[in-house]
Amino acid sequence: MGRNIIELKNLTKRFGDVTVVNNINLTIKENEFVTLLGPSGCGKTTTLRMIGGFEEPDEGQIFFEGKLLNPIPAYKRNINTVFQRYALFTHMNVFENIAFGLRIKKIPKDEIEKRVKRMLKLVDLEGFEKRNVDSLSGGQQQRVAIARALVNEPKVLLLDEPLGALDLKLRKEMQIELLDMQRSIGITFIYVTHDQEEALTMSDTVVVMNNGVIQQVGTPQDIYNEPINRFVADFIGESNIIEAVMLEDYKVAFDDVVLDCVDKGFAKNEPVDIVIRPEDIRIVTNPDEGMIKGTVKSVIFKGVHYEMMIESDTGREYMVHRTIAFPVGSYVGMNVQPFDIQVMKRGDPL
Amino acid sequence: MKKTLRILAYPYVVWMVIFIVVPLFLILFYSFTKGDIHDIGSLEFSVESYKKVAEPLYLKVIGDSFLLAFISTAICLVLGYPVALIIANTDQKYRSLLMMLFLVPIWMNFLLRTYAWMSLLSPNGLINRFLTAIGLPRLEIMPGNAAVLLGMVYNFLPFMVLPIYTVLSKIDKQVLEASSDLGGNKVVTFTRVILPLSIPGVVSGITMVFLPAVSTFVISGLLGGGKTPLIGDMIEQQFLFARNWHFGSSLSIILMVMILISMAVMSRIDKNNQEEGGKAR
Repeated sequence: MGRNIIELKNLTKRFGDVTVVNNINLTIKENEFVTLLGPSGCGKTTTLRMIGGFEEPDEGQIFFEGKLLNPIPAYKRNINTVFQRYALFTHMNVFENIAFGLRIKKIPKDEIEKRVKRMLKLVDLEGFEKRNVDSLSGGQQQRVAIARALVNEPKVLLLDEPLGALDLKLRKEMQIELLDMQRSIGITFIYVTHDQEEALTMSDTVVVMNNGVIQQVGTPQDIYNEPINRFVADFIGESNIIEAVMLEDYKVAFDDVVLDCVDKGFAKNEPVDIVIRPEDIRIVTNPDEGMIKGTVKSVIFKGVHYEMMIESDTGREYMVHRTIAFPVGSYVGMNVQPFDIQVMKRGDPL
Repeated sequence: MKKTLRILAYPYVVWMVIFIVVPLFLILFYSFTKGDIHDIGSLEFSVESYKKVAEPLYLKVIGDSFLLAFISTAICLVLGYPVALIIANTDQKYRSLLMMLFLVPIWMNFLLRTYAWMSLLSPNGLINRFLTAIGLPRLEIMPGNAAVLLGMVYNFLPFMVLPIYTVLSKIDKQVLEASSDLGGNKVVTFTRVILPLSIPGVVSGITMVFLPAVSTFVISGLLGGGKTPLIGDMIEQQFLFARNWHFGSSLSIILMVMILISMAVMSRIDKNNQEEGGKAR
């Protein structure tokens, strides 16, 4: 990945009294697949719309290849968008929808023909040229919307929850296809979603947002394995979040247990939050071999694994994912490896 | 359930047969007969009244009617489209207020409004007294075609604005954003996206203005002073004064056929626009 292509500096947007985007800073590199992830109302779509030119920032700057983008209207930006509800032109057929941007740029007819054909091939819609967009399925409309944006060869493609309206299976297929497309044509994708799994599957970089503020920026692995605070840990995947105390470097304590961990640099007895992912807790049948002892309260079959709720002797509930189920009521031991414990500075309680 | 619903429609069906279907057939019947209308035995088949319609005098009346209706529809379109566009782009809070301002005149009686224009436009009316007072030349359009056009446009403009506004306000804002995203400035977005998407509204607006305009008789009677008789005036005269129901009926039939043809043409335009998807060019 190369140079910086988009930079957001102290970007702020208010709607009336509500600050939807609060002083965010972000750098996006060429050919990067960046996902803005967060619950609805977290400001991710507004951020995307500011990059696209559909909202004007109240404060801060947007740079595109080093040049200030703020004063440039949407129609002059070399950035294209795939809209949430596709926003296709219902009065045109598939070909004309895709050719729209090229016709405005007065590209010669035969070249338009060539480029549209190439796009139709890319999105697997060959032979659909003359079809009315209303007669297409949701997935096909989505592909037209993607082709309509990509045919202009933008340097950056913005995607606003583009797969939100599709059913699960189609969504998974389209995730892979989008990723393939992004890799093969090599342009920057900025992708907005509230689906954490989608974000982890597709992105080079995930930007987790909440209440208009960026919580954490990192690779999917970083975000999942080393969430920076309770919000990120809670939003990404399932997790056991425990309020604990850092006794000293590499030792964390809560309830009646003291666990080894790999974190250091906290003050003595500093209160912290720790995250243990459900799949990182191992169960042993002999309770005495476990660091934590507890009774299995419930077992739910989840397909790939079983989800068990185990209540420790001190009354704390742990969510555990294992491929083997332990019967409800059995008394077991639980073990956690030091590197599977993520220690986070205590933030505001959620 | 379905059966009960069907029964509910019967009163209207009866109403329709008595007051719409039967009169239509009567008009058709009278138009193809001649004789004394009070003595059924004296009636016989004839196309005489249709031949009369083809006389230059009456052809001119029909031509004038269509010309005036056409011009007033065109003026309504030119005036009404921008208004509809402005209202559709107004903040939701003020939209209904603006729309109401446009519709308030319709709540007043049609005749009353036309009489109001008479007293405004007449040679010694308010406007002329005002113009004389400030030393400007008098406005002498009434009676005449200009006054008739004014009256038509005034009365029918809301029927142009309303359907266009309805269609425009339904256009997804995201579609307009998509156009600007793809490089379309405001002019391009209007000509290639907004305008083609609003054609159905324009078509129904034209229909709703053209139909009453072509058959009006009150406006031309009051504001035109009978200078240019229109087909509506002609029909009224034949039935009420000349007592020639046969000729009045054939004029009505001719008018109806011409209206049907214009409607067919309009719906054809609408359909083409939807199917072909008006190529952006």
